[in-house]
Amino acid sequence: MLTQEKTLELEMKANDIRESIITMLVEAGSGHTAGPLGMSDIFAYFYFHGLKHDPKNITWDERDRLVLSNGHICPVLYAAMAHSGYFPVEELRTLRKFGSRLQGHPHREFMPWLENSSGPLGSGISQASGMALADRIDGKDKIRFIYCFTGDGELNEGNNWEAIMFAGKNKLRNLITIVDRNNIQIDGTTEDVMPLELLRDKWESFNWHVIEISGHDFSAIDQAVNEAQAVEEKPTVIIAHTIPGKGVKEFERDYKWHGKPPSKEEADMALKELRTLGGKIKSEHQ
Amino acid sequence: MLNPELKLNPKLFSEDCEQEPIRKGFGQGLLKAGEEDKNVVALCADLTESTQMHLFKEKFPERFVEIGVAEQNLVTVASGMAAMGKIPFCSSYAMFSPGRNWEQIRTTIAYNDRKVIVVGSHAGISVGPDGGTHQALEDIGLMRMIPNMDVVSPCDAIEAKKVTLQLTKSKRPAYLRLAREKTPVITTEETPFNLEKAQMFWIPDVGIASVGIIVTGGLTYNALLAAKELESEGIKTKVLNLTTIKPLDKEAILSLAKETKCIVTVEEHQTAGGMGSAVSEFLAQNFPIPMEFVGVKDLFGQSGTPNQLIKHYGMDKNAIKDAVKNVLKRKV
Repeated sequence: MLTQEKTLELEMKANDIRESIITMLVEAGSGHTAGPLGMSDIFAYFYFHGLKHDPKNITWDERDRLVLSNGHICPVLYAAMAHSGYFPVEELRTLRKFGSRLQGHPHREFMPWLENSSGPLGSGISQASGMALADRIDGKDKIRFIYCFTGDGELNEGNNWEAIMFAGKNKLRNLITIVDRNNIQIDGTTEDVMPLELLRDKWESFNWHVIEISGHDFSAIDQAVNEAQAVEEKPTVIIAHTIPGKGVKEFERDYKWHGKPPSKEEADMALKELRTLGGKIKSEHQ
Repeated sequence: MLNPELKLNPKLFSEDCEQEPIRKGFGQGLLKAGEEDKNVVALCADLTESTQMHLFKEKFPERFVEIGVAEQNLVTVASGMAAMGKIPFCSSYAMFSPGRNWEQIRTTIAYNDRKVIVVGSHAGISVGPDGGTHQALEDIGLMRMIPNMDVVSPCDAIEAKKVTLQLTKSKRPAYLRLAREKTPVITTEETPFNLEKAQMFWIPDVGIASVGIIVTGGLTYNALLAAKELESEGIKTKVLNLTTIKPLDKEAILSLAKETKCIVTVEEHQTAGGMGSAVSEFLAQNFPIPMEFVGVKDLFGQSGTPNQLIKHYGMDKNAIKDAVKNVLKRKV
């Protein structure tokens, strides 16, 4: 269970990550806003608590593997990595610029400590399944977990369902997938574009253990991950209900913020809101 | 004559020459690779026996992964296994892999720099009766265009076995192209083989060759037959077996081009984008000379026997001889 102190620390880290996301995107002039903000709490939880990793020892064999399937939310990945010590926070400002290690979508050649390159959707669960299976063959499935973060819109891709069948068949207990269930994609809401519901039933019928939580509740995230790690004989999916654009009221729940960055003025407003959050976050905890 | 240095099959042009499918050599090579390296794993998309992975599966069931009819998952699971130190070979028919899953190969294997060997069996028109849907004639082009991806197309079963063992040890991802039908066994166990080097299978008895033939894969026998007949007609040729299409053995191609000053390429593939295109891209920049291309000319295939189809689409011995005569007329 998370202590109150740890929960407060994670809230602060999530806020730092959100501020960095806004700063990066306005500097880059392109990129995705809603998804990264919505996933900031989950990334904060993993990079500052849940994930077994060592930013100073990036080839550590026993580290957990985190496969990001929906590469377009990489601003949140980069921000979480920078804030946890993989590279200087100032470097975040180079996002999407020529010569930067922070490619528009993640590329291992530029940033070798990424577990995978991604951008084209729907292939993360497959890669994570391959990792989990290799670990089982090597008897390493008890020393680390393979996590895969996916979007919900990308579940339109058939490759996912091939992988979901495969992981269910092989009972990959060391594979834990987190779906960012924010209900939006580029053309509209997920249920308008291509309905995913009943999403829970779909995964269950493919022989996965399913947990549904709020993706903004650290205690729920922690409990879900602990439960997933304890499940035998099945892979687990955590369907994390998130609010797209979370943290900046003007961006929240609007699919139009899926694929565009804030303007300078919108960013100033957002940063002001994040820094004070109506006096809620920083003034309470600092 | 057959190049005596290469210890090629002495029975090659006789009635009792051995015939084996190229894919069979892959199956034997994979088994041996599995014995030599415990990290070798094999993945298949519901075509285990026809892609010849069954030998490996029987010996190493714990290292064999059945994916089902899901080629996108086939290569992406392989990418994940490679990330954990495995050396995955993943096989299906070339029409489906890389035919269906090209983007996954590009992103999760080549761009991601994960060493996976994508094995495309039943490539080319000689798949025969299955018809045009199953005849991959674009796969060399699709794969050689991807950066960080080698492309290899062995000429017979014995060479396919050697290729498989050497690919296990190479550093980069690769595409291994195989054919279904039995074709004459050209090489022997004693024939030297180096993945990076093309080999001159046919040389004139005496004198200098006037045409260079560059061939890859299962048509190598046809190219040798053509060379033999042309020799008796007084046209001296050399036949270069270009097993590795990418990276190109530029030295061997340039040396042949400088000797013969005209080239014919022969492949069971669309002439657009395939091995002949790779050779011409190189020669156009370094030693431009007349070329003729034997291959499929912007058409889909159809049902028929392999021999009927090879003849109909202009890739038999006579078509190669015609191409040689045509290029000779254009030679400056």
